[in-house]
Amino acid sequence: MSTRLAAGGRLLNKEKALSFTFNGKQLRGFEGDTLASALLANDQMLIGRSFKYHRPRGVVASGAEEPNGLVNLGAEGSFEPNQRVTTTELFDGLTATSQNHWPSLEFDVGAINTHLSRFLPAGFYYKMFIHPRPLWKHVYEPFIRQSAGLGRAPKARDADTYEHFYFFCDVMVIGGGVAGLQAAKTAAASGAKVLLIEQTAHWGGRAPVDGGTVDGIPVDNFVEQTVAELEAMPNVTLRKRMMGAGVYDHGYVLGYEQLRDYAPEKPGPRHRLWRIRAGHIVTATGAIERPLSFAGNDIPGVMLASALRDYVVNYGVSAGDRTVIVTNNDDAYLTAFALNYAGLSVPVILDARVLAEDSPAMEQAKAMGIRVMMGHAVAKVKGGKRVTGVAVCSQAGEGAVLEEIACDAVAMSGGWSPVVHLWSHCGGKLSWDDAQAHFRPDVDKAPTGADGQPFVTTAGAASGALHLSDVLGDGDQAGKLAAAASGFKVKQTRCPVGESPEEAPMMPIWLMPQGAGVELRSKSWLDYQNDVKVSDVQLAAQEGFESVEHAKRYTTLGMATDQGKLSNINGLATLAGALNTSIPQVGTTTFRPPYTPISMGAIGGEARGDVFQPVRRTPMHDWHDANGADWEPVGQWRRPYAYLRPGEKVHDAVMRETKNTRENLGLLDASTLGKLIVKGPDAGRFLDMLYTNMMSTLKPGKCRYGLMCSENGFLIDDGVVARIDEETFLCHTTTGGAERIHQHMEEWLQTEWWDWQVYVANVTEQYVQVAVVGPNARTALEKLGGMDVSKEALGFMEWADGELGGFKVRVYRISFSGELSYEIAVDAGHGQAFWDALMVVGNDLGVMPYGTEALHILRAEKGFIMIGDETDGTVIPQDLGLHWAISKKKEDFLGKRAQERSHMTDPTRWKLVGLETLSGAVLPDGAYAVGEGENANGQKNMIGRVTSSYYSPNLGKGIAMGLVLHGPDRMGEVIEFPGTEGATFKARIVDPVFYDKEGEKGNV
Amino acid sequence: MSEPITALAGAASETGIARIMELSLQGMITLRGDLASSAVQKAATGAAEVEMPGTNQANCVEDRGICWMSPDELLILCPYDMVAANIDKMTETLGNAHALAVNVSDARAAFRITGTQAREVLAKLCPVDLSLENFAPGMFRRTRMAQVPAAFWMTDAESFQLVCFRSQARYVFDLLSIAAQPGSGVNAYLT
Repeated sequence: MSTRLAAGGRLLNKEKALSFTFNGKQLRGFEGDTLASALLANDQMLIGRSFKYHRPRGVVASGAEEPNGLVNLGAEGSFEPNQRVTTTELFDGLTATSQNHWPSLEFDVGAINTHLSRFLPAGFYYKMFIHPRPLWKHVYEPFIRQSAGLGRAPKARDADTYEHFYFFCDVMVIGGGVAGLQAAKTAAASGAKVLLIEQTAHWGGRAPVDGGTVDGIPVDNFVEQTVAELEAMPNVTLRKRMMGAGVYDHGYVLGYEQLRDYAPEKPGPRHRLWRIRAGHIVTATGAIERPLSFAGNDIPGVMLASALRDYVVNYGVSAGDRTVIVTNNDDAYLTAFALNYAGLSVPVILDARVLAEDSPAMEQAKAMGIRVMMGHAVAKVKGGKRVTGVAVCSQAGEGAVLEEIACDAVAMSGGWSPVVHLWSHCGGKLSWDDAQAHFRPDVDKAPTGADGQPFVTTAGAASGALHLSDVLGDGDQAGKLAAAASGFKVKQTRCPVGESPEEAPMMPIWLMPQGAGVELRSKSWLDYQNDVKVSDVQLAAQEGFESVEHAKRYTTLGMATDQGKLSNINGLATLAGALNTSIPQVGTTTFRPPYTPISMGAIGGEARGDVFQPVRRTPMHDWHDANGADWEPVGQWRRPYAYLRPGEKVHDAVMRETKNTRENLGLLDASTLGKLIVKGPDAGRFLDMLYTNMMSTLKPGKCRYGLMCSENGFLIDDGVVARIDEETFLCHTTTGGAERIHQHMEEWLQTEWWDWQVYVANVTEQYVQVAVVGPNARTALEKLGGMDVSKEALGFMEWADGELGGFKVRVYRISFSGELSYEIAVDAGHGQAFWDALMVVGNDLGVMPYGTEALHILRAEKGFIMIGDETDGTVIPQDLGLHWAISKKKEDFLGKRAQERSHMTDPTRWKLVGLETLSGAVLPDGAYAVGEGENANGQKNMIGRVTSSYYSPNLGKGIAMGLVLHGPDRMGEVIEFPGTEGATFKARIVDPVFYDKEGEKGNV
Repeated sequence: MSEPITALAGAASETGIARIMELSLQGMITLRGDLASSAVQKAATGAAEVEMPGTNQANCVEDRGICWMSPDELLILCPYDMVAANIDKMTETLGNAHALAVNVSDARAAFRITGTQAREVLAKLCPVDLSLENFAPGMFRRTRMAQVPAAFWMTDAESFQLVCFRSQARYVFDLLSIAAQPGSGVNAYLT
């Protein structure tokens, strides 16, 4: 039984009992518990089922490295799968359910896979499901998807909020153990601004549990004292419950702060993602104990030795009355001592080493009356859902059982691996340490910054300094190095001296016993979460997956949510053994951020709901909304597609607006179109280069439509240019083009024509611009009164400043509909009032606002092109019959050279024409026309495509524009456009100007 | 002529860790030119009635001021109803100097963010070092605020004035309100 001990539990507040549920069962714990310690205290050893074989699994570790203890946490809006019980702080009312089992955790049907495991070897899915191919999609994939996955996907909307925080410091120290504390202290002493973060809720790391002294005082006192000193320093920021998730170029670090996972009743955001720029980074991330590979090492009750003593010392929880310890090093003896002090029984320590004489730890164990068996190993662990005993064998042999020892728990230790993840994220290299049998940071191959200098330094166990005596010195050194690297003068401070017991060397053990046969090897787990065994890695090697990256993907070793924190080194060693090469030769897989999974919410930060994306609103946005606007996104703007009257369908509204604008009066909110002021002595010359036509000859007071091409000759924008005065132009752009064209202008001015005297300013949002369109447009403006808008005073393509209805306005007489049309610019602060005034005077003139779809139909009826419809980045003005807008007089303009190249002058380029179906139906937008014959791929030859297609209420039929092979030479011909569902549309090639070809309506 | 209105009609949020308020219309003139030329400097100081600021600085007194926007751009602040007169005056002062002075008052929205934790609210949204030692009154920053451009400066030790594009006023106000939500204090700058 695992249970709560009467005494102990340094992190608990036993005054405060908490209740929680696991699979609906009411359980109790204390404040300070993790979910793992609380479950163990309630004898809940079995926590989940493994991924592939559905084997019973219990907690194996006590921290971020835990592979097994994953649960569904919370419900509804706070539900989250795959939460690690070892890092989840208990709170009152916590609800957790186990994962990956059916129908229940205790009885799981999928567990039959464990008996089929010899039929489910590494690469099983690749081998099994490759043939026959069609079965993959319809049979195999759905089945695998159903049986795969650990937690359930959340269904409800996340009820919490999240945020980011930008922070800057000179030195950032990641990890609040002894090394991190010391590093922070020395760095701060130099005057550097220091940020120290710790992923757990406690300072000191392993030291308070593992013990030792610093300058003669117990290490936990040293921790308290150092934290107090750091808290008193104004240049130090300390944060607990904040993990260093990733280290990136230029000293950029992501810190993942869990603000109220431990106390959900608190207000505010749940997680905060710190986006930190640090001058230098110290990773004091500690080390992780390695499991040993023996048969049955995944049975609940087999735990890391360090975890077992954490549960006893930190939480007063015992994993069982009798614990067998199996080790290849002296560190695991600390667990035996801790258990002994707690009054629990350690029947035997199986030490795989054979030492000439007892190590100090062995002596101490023996003095306590604990049996120590040198050169011995676990042949196999007995038990199913829980350990019942171990079979003992010689490490040197093949597993012949010498003795069976009854026990409830097994504490294993295969040595320690430094946590090198953060060091490695940005390219830090590793070197193999033979003595400790682990990879540690290679100080000569640190991650380097823009100046070629290292920007990450490791400290303490993360450097491979595993003993307190070395840890402090290493942390001290790291702090000084970091301060110096970020430009501070290092203050010579005395480094405190740590003392910890002498240890005999460890001995690498990658398989237990060393000659284990296939029977044992196929029950020796490397990766608990993904169910990868020693035999799987060996099989991968045998089948030719020799690269560690290939073996990883073939076996899925280290690919689970724990990313192989426990399995990595054991897996590589097994692979090296199978390949008969050395471990450094095999190397590691790549360490990638985040260190442990972080919430999607934290990554998104504030960007959800209303602020998921910025929505740009014109000053009349609310009016549009209140008047039935059916919104269309245009860039980041929202524009009314149509204004729906109560009960009206969108199509009907569009038809009504389109017709009314031709017959009476339409108002369009054109504020979103870009307005760029271009000013300077060279402004005319500059615009001549930017537009295909001539702008420098434009007279003040006049407007000209212009086309803009990229240097490759393709159309990128169009719009009306107004000349304001000798040196000043106002260039209209498309709605989506304002920022892009502004940037395009700046780029040419700053990089190519830097000596031209031109300034550009984007004044798009300074003005509301309203298009007043239709036969009654002039009457409406005359009713407002204040300036002469007659044909004589303000001709087509002219502009004038003046007053209308008391508003200061600039009126452009331009038309995108063929109707009599004025576009009127007013300061944005007066925009809504001006719009209201127009609605009032238009009331008895048949005024209706119209949306973007009516705008499109009106321009299509007139054969006007639209950037983004008729153009798609591959279309040149010549394709659209816009030769009239391409100056032949100009020596040069952007795109001119490109348009003279052979592909651009090819007579077979598709050209713009109008299209009318024989039936009057509307052609599908984007449909392709098919011609004679087939291409090399056996497809029908394409001879054109539809670029715009609408129903014209003014003409009572479908109208379209398209690009067609030899189109303008084929007027009157009928071509075929296959549609969907077997329909084919026959359409006649016609002039693209469908309505008022003579332009009489605008000429009034 | 109607009374000009702001984008959000003076929206305010008072419940969070900082107070957020949309400001009334502020006169703003973009001035582009050679900042070393005396004509440009005189045009700027003549309109704003303050001294020229240094690089990355703002020199503001109530609703008048000059903000350094880029090596060839200033933002001139003046009372909203003085903009037209000031542009005329600037044009005159500039004479033949190559420069551009243009009214952008209505193209912007302005907010005030006030409180001891106002800096934290901005630091959640802008990649700027807002620590006490690195951002103080007199400084000016053009930056990114979540997904849109913005610029801000401090009017006193606990108050920021921020400008953004008018069309994004609602987004910016929502961002600030969310970043200031109750219980979200970072306490990273309090020592």
